[in-house]
Amino acid sequence: MEIYLDNAATTRPHPVVVESVTRALTVDYGNPSSLHGKGLAAERLIVGARDAVARTLGVEPEDVLFTSGGTEANSLAIRGLAGLARGRHFVTTTVEHSSVRVPLQRLAAQEWVVTELPVDHHGRIAAAQVELALRPDTVLVSVMAVNNELGTMQPIEEISRVVQRHRAAGSPTLFHVDAVQAWGKIPLRPMTWGVDLMSLSGHKVHGPKGVGALYVRPGVRLAPQLGGGEQERGVRPGTENVPGIAGLGAAARLLAADFEETAARMRALQDRLREQIRAIPDVRINTPPDGAAPHVVNATFRSVRGETLLHRLEQEGVFVSTGSACHSHNPTPSHVLLAIGLNTTDAQSTLRFSLSRFTTPEEIDAAASALRHAVAELRALVVP
Amino acid sequence: MAYILLRYGEIHLKGQNQRFFVDRLVRNVRESIADLGDAQVRHAFGRILVDSPAEEAALISRLRKVFGIVSLSPVRVVAPAFPDIASAAVDMVGAALAARPGVGTFKVDTRRADKRFPLTSMETSREVGQAIWERFPQVRARMDHPDLLVKIDIRDQAYLSSDTIPGPGGLPSGTGGRALALISGGIDSPVASWLAARRGMTIIPVHCYSFPFTSERSKEKVLDLCRVLAGYAGPLRVWIVFFTDIQRTIQLSVPEGLRVLVMRRMMMRLVERLAEQERAAAVVTGESLGQVASQTIESIAAINAVTRLPVLRPLIGADKTEIVARAEAIGTYEISIRPYEDCCSLFVPPHPRTQPGLQEADEAERGLPVGALIDAALQRSERLTITPRWARDPVGVGS
Repeated sequence: MEIYLDNAATTRPHPVVVESVTRALTVDYGNPSSLHGKGLAAERLIVGARDAVARTLGVEPEDVLFTSGGTEANSLAIRGLAGLARGRHFVTTTVEHSSVRVPLQRLAAQEWVVTELPVDHHGRIAAAQVELALRPDTVLVSVMAVNNELGTMQPIEEISRVVQRHRAAGSPTLFHVDAVQAWGKIPLRPMTWGVDLMSLSGHKVHGPKGVGALYVRPGVRLAPQLGGGEQERGVRPGTENVPGIAGLGAAARLLAADFEETAARMRALQDRLREQIRAIPDVRINTPPDGAAPHVVNATFRSVRGETLLHRLEQEGVFVSTGSACHSHNPTPSHVLLAIGLNTTDAQSTLRFSLSRFTTPEEIDAAASALRHAVAELRALVVP
Repeated sequence: MAYILLRYGEIHLKGQNQRFFVDRLVRNVRESIADLGDAQVRHAFGRILVDSPAEEAALISRLRKVFGIVSLSPVRVVAPAFPDIASAAVDMVGAALAARPGVGTFKVDTRRADKRFPLTSMETSREVGQAIWERFPQVRARMDHPDLLVKIDIRDQAYLSSDTIPGPGGLPSGTGGRALALISGGIDSPVASWLAARRGMTIIPVHCYSFPFTSERSKEKVLDLCRVLAGYAGPLRVWIVFFTDIQRTIQLSVPEGLRVLVMRRMMMRLVERLAEQERAAAVVTGESLGQVASQTIESIAAINAVTRLPVLRPLIGADKTEIVARAEAIGTYEISIRPYEDCCSLFVPPHPRTQPGLQEADEAERGLPVGALIDAALQRSERLTITPRWARDPVGVGS
């Protein structure tokens, strides 16, 4: 039995995705820049993928740039803007993914100023906090749509309104949303909301690893971070990752086809898991009951080490995560869990369960039962 | 293609047995470069000369790890005639100047074992020095602390060398009996294993594996450490002992302050059983006196009480900083500090007893089915063969 509940780390590629990647590797392997028919076939795959991704966001295809993944999309948004910007101030939160935090920290070490907004115990900021932090020279506000560890949603529409008002008053401020965990889980409408930049990743939605996208609102200019050809309007040069992009396009089509039913099904499974975790004694559920994406349940199992519990569950075929996957090689507790007020011990007793379109009610029940037994067993060992 | 001259130290002090040690060293040298092409490894005049078709840098990176070698030098071998020697010396200085821009002074040092050579050692040095200076007027001869020392050794042939690279010293692997070595994945135990192996012992690392209390990556880490050790000692046999149930039982039935001690005693018992099977004569551990609660002399006494094997503790008098420096030099440090915990660190209670009595330990174990636990653990243990990193991946040979 294998119950994979680490879908916020990565997902199992959908068979249709595998097929489209394979096709791009075996049949349509041309270089999209080539003049001959092989090149044209590859270019068509990219056009189709760009169109499919754009549809999921309700934007124009030409405003979607392909990248090597979420990290590059975030980096390109931040550094690409810093390279051209007319101000020196950034606003972000304390719970962003490292691919947003680290580029901003590097800028802060130079002549830039970065304001990190603290979050409440659900991991959420209020639009009013952004309003207070904005300065006339603020170039970018960067806030994630859904937190990767907690599933908490941020009030993106409201923040966007705040940023637009500020811009109307003459500031150069743009709004970037890291939507890597949000894509396919909650509705995303950057154009309607007035979001200027939005990052996506393929492998969180059953697509391949090593491919992602950045939505760039028309009129927003970014400094390329690589020097090379004219691909992706020169903003992201390099021969296109055609197999990855084809797979990303397939994933986008799949998630658009049944978005609402899938989200509702995941929501029901999330509730089912949450209820069963709540029945375990001495547990704190860190994912907020309202305003969370439908695929994450984060919980603290007091007096059990998260890492040990993870490996104990692994023995039962249940795969979960401590904090986010990027933290699991690092013994210091997750900055997100500390930011929502957990102490170090509790942060180290925390697991994240994350669902996907493939998760079934039977899997949830079996995982919850394994969890109940594992927690009881390990607690019996640690009580002196 | 390169000649490398290897010098050994302590083996010279051996009397009747010298042949045994030298033969073994020659064999180990051959094995360490076996995959780099057909090499001639000759023992002559109290040194070993390697003549190999491989690149010099590749040979040095292997040979500098062979236990028993005190130092090594790339050499040029020419006919024992002055013109050949002088031109080889000039070449050598040219190469050194190209590789090391800071060189401004040099010295020629000649030893003449073959007294039939027409010039004395002093004369040879002076004449060769003159030839070097004529070709490279930018460098000056200097007797004290020259930047570059050109050594000329005139025997059956003339051997010229300019760089001396330190080797690990010690005695050749395979000349010092067999020992099991407890290895945790921390900083100390690989260093202890290395030190024992450097004295010629064949080391068989034993790792107590406690999945799910530790991760599979912690086992990978231990195997990576063994791969580094194998780079010095040659292929190693490694035991991964299934320790989970023992740990669980200790956790459930031993008083908190004595758990680490009982755990160490159980490890000793496991090792003693494996020693029979492996015909090993000793155990090596990474303990350093007073470093943690289980390393006080009282704890050590209580640990030793369960085994008849000699327990070798090469680090007993070393400070942590010395151990870390040694681990860095050996190449295990970067692996040891990977953040996966070993079974020793997970269950350490906040206040382990530092001065446990022997009787206390015996009493704490009264409820433990010691023999049955050991049997069960050994049945689920696996034995692997680990080859150096440059060779192949580990091969399981059954359990």
